[in-house]
Formats: sequence, C-alpha cells, structure tokens
Amino acid sequence: MAIKVKFFASLREQLKEGVKEVDASGIHSINDVWERATDTTLLPSHVLCSVNLEHREPHESVKDGDEVAFFPPVTGG
Amino acid sequence: MGVQIEASGLVPIEQLTRFENSLPTGSFGATVSFVGTMRDFNEGHDVSAMMLEHYPGMTENQLEQIIDEAKARWDIIDALIVHRVGDILPGQPIVLTAVYSAHRAAAFDACRFLMEALKNRATFWKKETMANGNQRWVDKNTPG
Repeated sequence: MAIKVKFFASLREQLKEGVKEVDASGIHSINDVWERATDTTLLPSHVLCSVNLEHREPHESVKDGDEVAFFPPVTGG
Repeated sequence: MGVQIEASGLVPIEQLTRFENSLPTGSFGATVSFVGTMRDFNEGHDVSAMMLEHYPGMTENQLEQIIDEAKARWDIIDALIVHRVGDILPGQPIVLTAVYSAHRAAAFDACRFLMEALKNRATFWKKETMANGNQRWVDKNTPG
C-alpha cells in the first residue's frame, strides 16, 4: 500500500522529481511522508503541504491511499 | 460561479461577456472586474517571459472556495475567476476577477477580496525568464 507524493515548482526542480509513491507502512504524519520521500529528516519551514488537495500542517495525519503534496509559497495572480 | 484555468489564452472582454450573458438579465446593477497583466520588469530586472504552474484539482477547488467565501461575506450575485497557466509574455493578461452585485460597494469589496485571497492561497507558481536568459522562480508576491 502506498501514499502518492507530489512536488511542485522550485521544489520539484531541486528534488529532480515531480511524482512518486512511498510505502505507507509506519507513516503517521505529513512529516513522516517528507522524510521517506526525500531521504531527509526535517521538512523546511517554508515548504507548504496538502493532503488530498487541502492545505494541511506538517504534523497532521495521513493514511494509506492519500495524495500528499509539497510546494513553495504561492505566487499567482 | 465561474472558475476557469486557461492554458493558452485569456481575453478578458470575451470572458466577461460570456459570463455576464449566463446571468439573469436585470439581476445586477454593479460589475467590478480586475485584470492582472504581466509586466516586463520585476524586482529590478527586465523580464522577457514567464511560466505559470498550478496544482490541477487543488487550484480549482481553492478558487471555488474563495468565491464561496465572498458570497458568504458580501451580498453578491455571482463571481468569476479566470487564471492563466503555461507560457505568458509581457502585456498578456494573467488573471481576471469579476463580481456582480445589486449595488457597487459589495462588488468593489468582494473583487478586491478575490484577488488578495487567490494571491495568498491559490496554488500557482511563477517562473520568470529575464532579458539575459536566466530563469528564476518568483518567491513572493508584490504588495497590493
């Protein structure tokens, strides 16, 4: 079972990937998804995140089958 | 409610006319619209092109939520948000917002709200190409 992970904009370019899947076992929070998806430990404070297309905070929970996204501050309009 | 993400072109007068024609004739007395247009300068540099990225699905949901919030806060009849994505050149429209209401105050206030809310919340990202060919991601919005 897996969690779908997406990266956008400058973050996608830095990590050199836009979409991937990570094993959902042992994952409880968005922070856990970041660590597994990027092989790093700390989610940078400027990076924003969402679960299933809704803004969320890094400590919030995720479950198998969710789509989690990470992105920089928005600059539309 | 109208929310559109346009990948190839935005002609504000055409979008406004089409949306307005979908509203009941005589139902509104005030229309306020805003068009954001790409400049050829930013942060002290000449800019020759821009690429706008979004998060399909999430962005549209956010824009619909923003219009719902405007409808809850002001006595408006309807609202429209159209936003470009993809490659954009200086002078081309980036975003169109419009609000229709019985009287002008609600339309003015709600239209400003739509723009500020989408700039602060909606998942769009700009990447500029400068006149010297270098590219950079825009990391913050300009003050209103």
